[in-house]
Amino acid sequence: MTGTVETELSADARKAQEAELREVWRTPSGWCYWTSVNNTEIGLWYGAAAFIFMLFAGVLALLVRVQLAVPGNDFLSADMFNQAFTLHGTVMMFLFAVPIFEAVAIFLLPSMLGARELPFPRLSAFGFWSFALGGVFVCGSIFFGAAPNTGWFMYPPLATDKEYSGIGADIWLLGLSFIEVASIAAAVELIVGIMKCRAPGMRINMMPLFAWYLLIVAGMILFAFPPLIAGDILFEMERMFDWPFFDAARGGDPLLWQHLFWIFGHPEVYIIFLPAIALMAMIVPTFSQRPIVGYSWIVLAAVGTGFLSFGLWVHHMFTTGLPQISLAFFSAASEAVAIPTGVQIFVFIATMLAGRVIFSVPMLFGAGGLAIFIIGGLTGVMVALVPFDWQAHDTYFIVAHLHYVLIGGMLFPIVAGIYYYYPLLDARKLSDRLGKIAFWLMFVGFNVAFFPMHLAGLRGMPRRVFTYPADIGWDWFNLISTIGAFIFASGVALVVIDVLRPKHRQPKGEQNPWNSGTLEWISEPEEKWGVRSIPIIRSRYPIWDQRGLIEDIKAGRFYLPDAKDGARETLVTSVLDAEPIQCLRVGGTSLLTILAAFSLGGVFIALTFHWWITTIVCASATLAAIVAWLWTGTAVIPREEMRDVGLGKTLPLYTSGPGSVGWWAMFITMAGDGTAYASLMFGYFFYWTIHEDFTAGHAGPGVLWPFTAAGLFTLAWAAMLVAQWVNEADWRGLTRLALAVAVLLTLAACCAGLAGPYLTGMDPTVHVYPAIVWVVALWTVVHGGVGIIMQLYCLARNLAGRMSARHDMDLRNVVLYWHFLVITAITSFGVLGLFPGLR
Amino acid sequence: MPLSGCTGVQSALDPAGEEAAAIYRLLLVMVVGGTLIWCAVVGLLLHASQRRNAPWSERTAGRLIVWGGVAFPLVVLLALLAYAVWLMPSIRPWLARHAPAPETIEVTGEQFWWRIRYPARDGLPAFETANELRLLVGERVAFSLKAADVIHSFWIPVLGGKMDMIPGRTNTLSLSPTKTGIFRAPCTEFCGTSHTLMAFSVIVMEPADYIAWRRAQAAGDVPGGGEGEQLFARHGCAGCHGVRGVTGPATLGPDLTFFGQRQTVGAGTLANTKENVARFIRDPAAWKPGAKMPAFDMLPSKDIAAISDYLVGLK
Repeated sequence: MTGTVETELSADARKAQEAELREVWRTPSGWCYWTSVNNTEIGLWYGAAAFIFMLFAGVLALLVRVQLAVPGNDFLSADMFNQAFTLHGTVMMFLFAVPIFEAVAIFLLPSMLGARELPFPRLSAFGFWSFALGGVFVCGSIFFGAAPNTGWFMYPPLATDKEYSGIGADIWLLGLSFIEVASIAAAVELIVGIMKCRAPGMRINMMPLFAWYLLIVAGMILFAFPPLIAGDILFEMERMFDWPFFDAARGGDPLLWQHLFWIFGHPEVYIIFLPAIALMAMIVPTFSQRPIVGYSWIVLAAVGTGFLSFGLWVHHMFTTGLPQISLAFFSAASEAVAIPTGVQIFVFIATMLAGRVIFSVPMLFGAGGLAIFIIGGLTGVMVALVPFDWQAHDTYFIVAHLHYVLIGGMLFPIVAGIYYYYPLLDARKLSDRLGKIAFWLMFVGFNVAFFPMHLAGLRGMPRRVFTYPADIGWDWFNLISTIGAFIFASGVALVVIDVLRPKHRQPKGEQNPWNSGTLEWISEPEEKWGVRSIPIIRSRYPIWDQRGLIEDIKAGRFYLPDAKDGARETLVTSVLDAEPIQCLRVGGTSLLTILAAFSLGGVFIALTFHWWITTIVCASATLAAIVAWLWTGTAVIPREEMRDVGLGKTLPLYTSGPGSVGWWAMFITMAGDGTAYASLMFGYFFYWTIHEDFTAGHAGPGVLWPFTAAGLFTLAWAAMLVAQWVNEADWRGLTRLALAVAVLLTLAACCAGLAGPYLTGMDPTVHVYPAIVWVVALWTVVHGGVGIIMQLYCLARNLAGRMSARHDMDLRNVVLYWHFLVITAITSFGVLGLFPGLR
Repeated sequence: MPLSGCTGVQSALDPAGEEAAAIYRLLLVMVVGGTLIWCAVVGLLLHASQRRNAPWSERTAGRLIVWGGVAFPLVVLLALLAYAVWLMPSIRPWLARHAPAPETIEVTGEQFWWRIRYPARDGLPAFETANELRLLVGERVAFSLKAADVIHSFWIPVLGGKMDMIPGRTNTLSLSPTKTGIFRAPCTEFCGTSHTLMAFSVIVMEPADYIAWRRAQAAGDVPGGGEGEQLFARHGCAGCHGVRGVTGPATLGPDLTFFGQRQTVGAGTLANTKENVARFIRDPAAWKPGAKMPAFDMLPSKDIAAISDYLVGLK
């Protein structure tokens, strides 16, 4: 017992609270079910969708294996084969490996952190619907023979060749950009959730390891995806409007894409791998029946892996002819990442040695996955050495290596996680017997399929070949691989059967069947409220260490045992020490998120087919839906300022500035946005370094207009500061005036920004210099446009009386946006005006 | 599909050059070391999961993390890295001036074949050929690698590692063949529909043979190929394909001088026989999807047969 409870409620009062909570957190029924935004539904749908995409991509892999089973086969045409392997890689990476962890995180994190919900449930829902729609669009393309066919890393100039790649490349670029939006949305949600919504007392060094890993991974998504988005923008501009970013004949360079792609692509591998290790970090202590050994070691190792993963990208480019001194550097960095990885593996082994291991199906998949992953890690050490990579690069050796890493390091732990966490869904365990059979089918099938690929690759078989000659010595390897692939697939099918088979005849088990120590096991499958009351946490394994915790939580003896005003509520706590600072009211069931996601999807799909009018219509609908969503659901001024959250504590219902989750979300989003911007500027300077004269004699935008633009953006920013300041002093009229002035200044700044390249007649199709100038100017001006929308929104909130001196969250968040914007504008127009104009 | 593979080995495990041999030794070291490490770690994992006696103390287990997870990998990786970085300059000189090669052959990747230009050397004139590279045993040779359309990658597995061919850039690579023989070299950067069917043959020769071959190549064939030769010109073949000494220079498609000496037709697609040449002329895309050469199935069969006879006879 915690000792802080003053009075014990009567059974009736408790029942009343439960009814209240149940009503507030109720999942809508009928068709409205799909408008739910609760993390348990969104997590489940997200996971199911990702899994279905995985099965689809798995079938593509089987088609590929059938084609390669015997030499000279014509089961698939060359073009269909090229579409199949491209889509296989694309779907596995973008529609399964990353989203499945966003799904697991959205499902598990709230209860693991002792929260009712993540801070932005509607954002999760928006992310899910974007992901589902984008995924169906990308996958569906193959049924029309229009799938991307250039390999999942889309190297130009092959992928910019419209005649070769047709609409497939656009589907890849636009469909995946749409999905990347969803990923970034999830990253923002997870970071803010983990930092601000932990149960009181759960200091940062008490967080479950899963939360630590997801925090790191979400941070990595935030810095890894934006370079790809920047690359996608350049790529799509070249395909749509012939801006020559990757065309060597007009000053472009295909290597810029490779840099941007792999600056994303390598962290991506760890974005996939770390959450799987996180699942292991939850499973291993449970079955070793003791806390993890070396908590700080494993956290440090995960952080180290995350950092290092951004410095390895060039090892995908060892054969592009870059200077050898840089190859040596990236080789060393790639070797270095093996150390934190080794630490994580040894943390598990040490925990098992220091505990008493119960070996069950989740452990079987976990340990089998590790045994496979270690082979992938060792071959990774091999290919990270430059000379060996010169031989192994782009052969089946790499195909073997990457599947050993991803399937051992990700798929096996995922299945372990399914067997481990299934009781949270259904209160029943999956079958031990089926699980064991599935494991052995998968384990044996995997090795039979992929081990021979090492040898095929060393014997000279390049990847991405649709057939091969009979007498070159690869026949047996390929036939064995194909057989193994089918054995492996049967194991996966068995897992699916085990999950889907009806289980109502099986009795419901206990709530915490594995006797785990972490908080997610307090959640009850049939209740949607997450936790009955939000507990005070004093240990890393509270269920083991805090006696009576589950009963106290269920009896509502902790924070927020009731639901007032019919609002969904959770606690916001401080970042490091998890002191309660606010009672947050989160968004409930809504159709707006679906509308926003579908209309945004419409924008991307219409762009693919160059339907400009549809694009504009959908874009307006997206804007309308998002504004309506913000207007009705965010920064709502509560009826009362304070809320009694129980245990004698009263907390504010409204906070603005750095204490609020909205401010953090804006900050984090802008960090990602800033990364995309930095990637564009990287492109600008990249072109400068590879050419003696980067302008190739083309006139620049001059100095006057860019400087005018930078100056006007600075003034607009100053006007925003004034607006915030006068609003704090509660001068409503003056706030309106300042906002109006800011709008006008921003408009003028945007015009001045475009005037530079426009008035000097820069034609972006003739050379890469004018093209990159236009892109930088447009990026800044579009952000200015978004800034105007935000300013107008604040003005409207002020006029509608939805903003006051005390309730100024909207204005503060917009000012935060403007801090980033003014830095962007000064950098952009400073560089465009001065560099390399002043020679 | 009767693909041709009988053009020699394509395996990095059968090195026939200094660079490939050095990398092969590195591979052996790593395979042995990797196998030992895997057995040790997985053995420990199995032991940890099956063990029934008293648990280790947290301190001892913590030490295992430090020694197994940090100290041991650090030492092994440093040693391995030192070995590999030490190897690098001997396999690929860091600067071109460190290892001047007697000749630099220019190879250009095109969808889906290889344009090869030999420079003038020791009184032998420069010339262009395609899809077959002949090298001198025991002599370091440099390559200047380019791409005409998309990215390709140049890889002769038995001789050494690969190097990409990137539009707008020129990469260099040098190799030192140590064994004579016929080898196969595939394109290793996905370059379009027929990426799979883009390979060239490498023939490493003794000096005397090599010099004789170069002389003959530079001079070209002599006219007098009869009907096939005339049809070759009349049906427009010579618009894209040159035969030195017989037709004018043509640069759109592969040069066909002494085509009969080559191992394959269609850059590694089919074995070089009369029948296969005829098949290829009739409908290249049937054998090599996405090939840029149009189908000539409107030509009378006997004309195609005559042209095939002529080409295979160019020896």
